[in-house]
Amino acid sequence: MSVADNQAAAGRGSAQAVAVLSAIGRFLAIAVTTYLGLLAVTFFIGRVIPIDPVLAVLGDRAPTAVVERTRREMGLDLPLIEQFYIYVKSALSGDFGTSVLTTNPVMADIRRVFPATLELATLGTIIGAVIGVPLGVLAAVKRGSFIDQIVRIIGLIGYSVPIFWLGLLGLVLFYAKLQWVAFPARLDVVYEYTFTPITGFYLLDAAMQGQWDVFYDAFRHIILPAALLGYFSLAYISRMTRSFMLNELTQEYIVAARAKGLSETRIIWGHALRNAAVPMVTVIALSYAGLLEGSVLTETVFSWPGIGLYITNSLQNADMNAVLGGTIVIGSVFIAINLFSDLLYRVLDPRTKAR
Amino acid sequence: MSTLLDVEDLRVTYPTRTGVIEAVRGVSFQLGRERLGIVGESGSGKSQTGRAIMGLTPPQAQVSAKKLAFDGIDLMAASPRERRALRGNRIAMILQDPKYSLDPVMSIGRQIVETLRAHERVSKAEARERALAMLEAVQIRDPARVFDLHPHEVSGGMGQRAMIAMMLIAGPELMIADEPTSALDVTVQLDVLKILDKLVAERGMGLIFISHDLRLVSSFCDRVIVMYAGKVVEQIKASELRNAQHPYTLGLLDCMPRIDADRHPLPVLDRKPEWAA
Repeated sequence: MSVADNQAAAGRGSAQAVAVLSAIGRFLAIAVTTYLGLLAVTFFIGRVIPIDPVLAVLGDRAPTAVVERTRREMGLDLPLIEQFYIYVKSALSGDFGTSVLTTNPVMADIRRVFPATLELATLGTIIGAVIGVPLGVLAAVKRGSFIDQIVRIIGLIGYSVPIFWLGLLGLVLFYAKLQWVAFPARLDVVYEYTFTPITGFYLLDAAMQGQWDVFYDAFRHIILPAALLGYFSLAYISRMTRSFMLNELTQEYIVAARAKGLSETRIIWGHALRNAAVPMVTVIALSYAGLLEGSVLTETVFSWPGIGLYITNSLQNADMNAVLGGTIVIGSVFIAINLFSDLLYRVLDPRTKAR
Repeated sequence: MSTLLDVEDLRVTYPTRTGVIEAVRGVSFQLGRERLGIVGESGSGKSQTGRAIMGLTPPQAQVSAKKLAFDGIDLMAASPRERRALRGNRIAMILQDPKYSLDPVMSIGRQIVETLRAHERVSKAEARERALAMLEAVQIRDPARVFDLHPHEVSGGMGQRAMIAMMLIAGPELMIADEPTSALDVTVQLDVLKILDKLVAERGMGLIFISHDLRLVSSFCDRVIVMYAGKVVEQIKASELRNAQHPYTLGLLDCMPRIDADRHPLPVLDRKPEWAA
């Protein structure tokens, strides 16, 4: 290689580095803007709803002087813009105030309940993707066949049946009748005192500490709600995979791949699915994010101490700090998942690489 | 001249709810190691003829023929597995537009290597060597760089050369080129044609060149088949094209503008139902 070539290569390398850096910069800018927007929206919702935070703390029989003093202590007499500034500052440092209901700092509560939801949603999404994607591929390849009809019916049921009803049926069958799974909770009471969670993901914690009896017990508790959520994301994921695959299978590059004499397996999984995977990333990420915020019903049916249950309880008790804190945390995770799926999109599709 | 491909009474039909559509209606021809052009308008069945020979018609299509033989192999009796072993290995096909016919998420080099490894047991390193040599043979100047590029990063002409490389790497004896230059810029068309011509000549391959451009085909091929409504209306040596008999062929020849004469208004192509009968 000549000197000129070397310089050219180095130039390409640094240009690439600049492109990557600018892409990361753009990502961070988007994340920060979205996050500030989220804070602004939650702040103003907290101000316009007809709940007086002072009354929520003191009750409606407190003397006027006490009400006035508390209002000042809470900073509610300050100008709105200053209140927002304080709000953003404390939110950024992870301080969402104290929960009226539990009297703990909201952040401490969330740290306790959010891992429960995250563990459930993650397992559900894994089940949904691992089964849903192959089912969708199969349905697309055997379009109009018996298998296709079955997959479509499974998807339709997943779409239309209410989750709490299916959850109750599952409990009746697998817990009450067959006794294959454990009762609604995260762990048996026996283990509540012998087991100290580290991350809050019980399966992970138990495995890390080598407490395999706890692991097995946690598994018996989580598998039914996770399978249920998995079924719902499977319904969505398999349908989307099917339609993306049908689209890819009509493309000219598939004809070219056949003309090359490749096997059907290679054409379907190596070419068509590889292309369909690009939009699938967004679909799976969105369904994952959806499980994080929307599994209140599942958490209720399975007494799962997650963030959905926490926010619902707080809402019913006018505990605005907890509601807003929970909303912000869910929103932040939503933003993070979206950014991550955008990044993955760039890895999977060379056409969107940083230019 | 030995016969490479023997086609007799080839028919391709599509059953639909409103009746049967006959895309190809009894096409017969023989091909040696020569260049045969198939010309016709859109819907004349020329592409369907090519795809039927490849075994790449869609599942709902019904293909029948009194005879469809490649190098003595009866293609109508061959199993899907046997036909797949032929595809890309002994019979290959170039598609129209590299923008759509190359997999957008796979690097060009891997797509070329893939053809080779589908038919021969070669090591990764050897496959790469041969792919690079093939890229060089289609006159790509910097093969090592192009090898790692993705289809969207190259021009149409470069993409079509990569397509040719991908289809030639396993050394096929018959090449079906389905409008290989129609999607390219006029300036690039000739380059690509020259490359194709040279490689076909060097390797002694048979070529079926499908196009709607009669003049291009006649300058490039030894023999021309003119198709109309799924049938062959005329079969003629390219050098004798000006003695063509069939009014449709004459119409195709006559509907072109000429640079040295004022041809305004241009004659419109005549289509008579009795030709299709």
